[in-house]
Amino acid sequence: MRLRVSRTQIPLLATVVVLAAFYTAASCRYSGFFSWAVFVNLLRDNSFLGLAGIGMTFVILSGGIDLSVGAMIGFSSILVARLTGQHVHPLLAITVALALGTGFGWGMGALIRFAALPPFLVTLAGMFLLRGLGFVVSLETITIQHGLYSAISDFSLRVFPVTAILFLLVLIAAVYVAHYTPFGRAVYAIGGNEQSAMLMGLPVGRTKLRLYALSGFCSALAGVIYTFYTSSGNATAGTMLELDAIAAVVIGGTLLSGGLGYVLGTLLGVLILGVIQTIITFEGTLSSWWTKIAIGVLLLAFILLQRGLQNRARPG
Amino acid sequence: MRSLFWPLVALGALLLFNLLFTEGFARLTIRNGHVYGSLVDILKLSSRVMLVSLGMTLVIATAGVDLSVGAVVAIAGSLAAKLLVQEQAGLPLALAATSGLCLVLGAWNGALVAWLGVQPIVATLILMVAGRGIAQLLTDGQIITVESPGFSFIAGGHFLGLPFPVTLVAMMWLITVALTRGTAMGLFIESVGNNETASRFSGVNARAVKMFVYMFTGFCAGMAGLIEASDIKAADANNAGLYIELDAILAVVIGGTPLTGGRFNLPGSLVGALLIQTLSTAIKMRSVPVEYTLVVKAVVVLGVCLLQSEELRNLIWRKGGRA
Repeated sequence: MRLRVSRTQIPLLATVVVLAAFYTAASCRYSGFFSWAVFVNLLRDNSFLGLAGIGMTFVILSGGIDLSVGAMIGFSSILVARLTGQHVHPLLAITVALALGTGFGWGMGALIRFAALPPFLVTLAGMFLLRGLGFVVSLETITIQHGLYSAISDFSLRVFPVTAILFLLVLIAAVYVAHYTPFGRAVYAIGGNEQSAMLMGLPVGRTKLRLYALSGFCSALAGVIYTFYTSSGNATAGTMLELDAIAAVVIGGTLLSGGLGYVLGTLLGVLILGVIQTIITFEGTLSSWWTKIAIGVLLLAFILLQRGLQNRARPG
Repeated sequence: MRSLFWPLVALGALLLFNLLFTEGFARLTIRNGHVYGSLVDILKLSSRVMLVSLGMTLVIATAGVDLSVGAVVAIAGSLAAKLLVQEQAGLPLALAATSGLCLVLGAWNGALVAWLGVQPIVATLILMVAGRGIAQLLTDGQIITVESPGFSFIAGGHFLGLPFPVTLVAMMWLITVALTRGTAMGLFIESVGNNETASRFSGVNARAVKMFVYMFTGFCAGMAGLIEASDIKAADANNAGLYIELDAILAVVIGGTPLTGGRFNLPGSLVGALLIQTLSTAIKMRSVPVEYTLVVKAVVVLGVCLLQSEELRNLIWRKGGRA
């Protein structure tokens, strides 16, 4: 088999190189960094960012954007906590949160499709609305006390905690959906060129509705996972998380103009963000704001790389 | 001025409703020659969003967007406070250095967009993420309190009986109007927003135009940052200018400047900013629980945008016609 790297895979390759470099450098510098425990922690601590990132990947692949993911995490986490607190069965509460999240995403998709409003604007309003609804549900953090809940959050398969397992399961499903279903192909086609996709007879409108519903589902699930992670719900959970999610998608090699990228890249992007965070924790003397600056620098590097590739693709 | 119609109707309706039904909304008192009252508060509180939305309007008119204004607000306040307090610099020097840095930050955004051709959302996202880190770096993660009468005047002072920020906004508005409508700059901005390639071929220096709008926005955001820091007499790198980019973008869109660029409406953006602030103030005065503020805001914003959506109007029209 001949190994050939196409131009579209260069950003993904760069992501792999960066992740490997960071991981190796950190493992050399800090004893105990290169261990299962740290890696599993990396997955667990970033599972809700990863889930929101998966939904965001689909939206960005289609050339759109979803700014409501962070607020959705806050809303669904506080909703689950509140319902459970009022003696609703946790599983029912989770189902309600997921259904509402999906429905809300679908509604935003409908506005984008039928009123032809820009995704940026609709999801921005959606973000305000969700954050507000979260505050309406409860202004304070609600701790979840339920036997089933602690059973679920303590559950782990060998070393993997339930949050990491859920994240990985959704990731596998997302890879399948993106690359092996008509829906996935339509998403890529819309991101490549919406007009062409329409002329090819692809269901552009329906795909958009499903896209935002999918993103709503993913971030609502991220909110549910947040409740497993912290055993509580909080309306301010996931503040500014949409930025990290977008950053993870871009660092993961997905083109922000849409049409090019891989769901697996987002996993790598999330891991890179997580490794930066872990390095800064391990270093001890570095202040937290270096995280933001480091992410900004990485974003810049990847965006410049993407530009370079795009310019080479366009002769002349 | 058809595009100013809906925002004005919305603002008018909101004001009318509050004047009639909200207790104390219309009350204006004059103390020491300064006017006080909730209407004046609205003007003062919306000054930061108004300033930022002036710049944002021009950026959006070139079919761009600037997400980094909130971070620039934080950086401006932090730098000014640091210079005044830790470096013992004079007020003029601190203001000049802050304005200079904000112009440089704007130029950074502009360079990424104009010279490297990065999409505006992405290009300005970098500074949005890194900028707050830079602001925290400047203040060492602390909140720097500023005790300087000159600095406090920026937000706390009065001019012609009105709060000083109102004068600043009026000044910046006049400058912006003079720049865009008094010279050909406005036309250049619109042509770049309409069709960049075509305007380049007809001799418009599209790169210079883009550089200008991002630097201008950086400057406006810096001014907003000074007002915010002066208002609370402190630089808070974490919370200064939080979400101001979103409010500014909403103000611009409500004001009738389309996100696709090519046209702009400066008075509209100011009306948009006023609308957002009137809404917040009214919600507070009517003692609606504070948690509903965001919900109401989102619904109103969506409503105004839907009113302006031609596609939706066509859709309803067509369906109605067919039935």
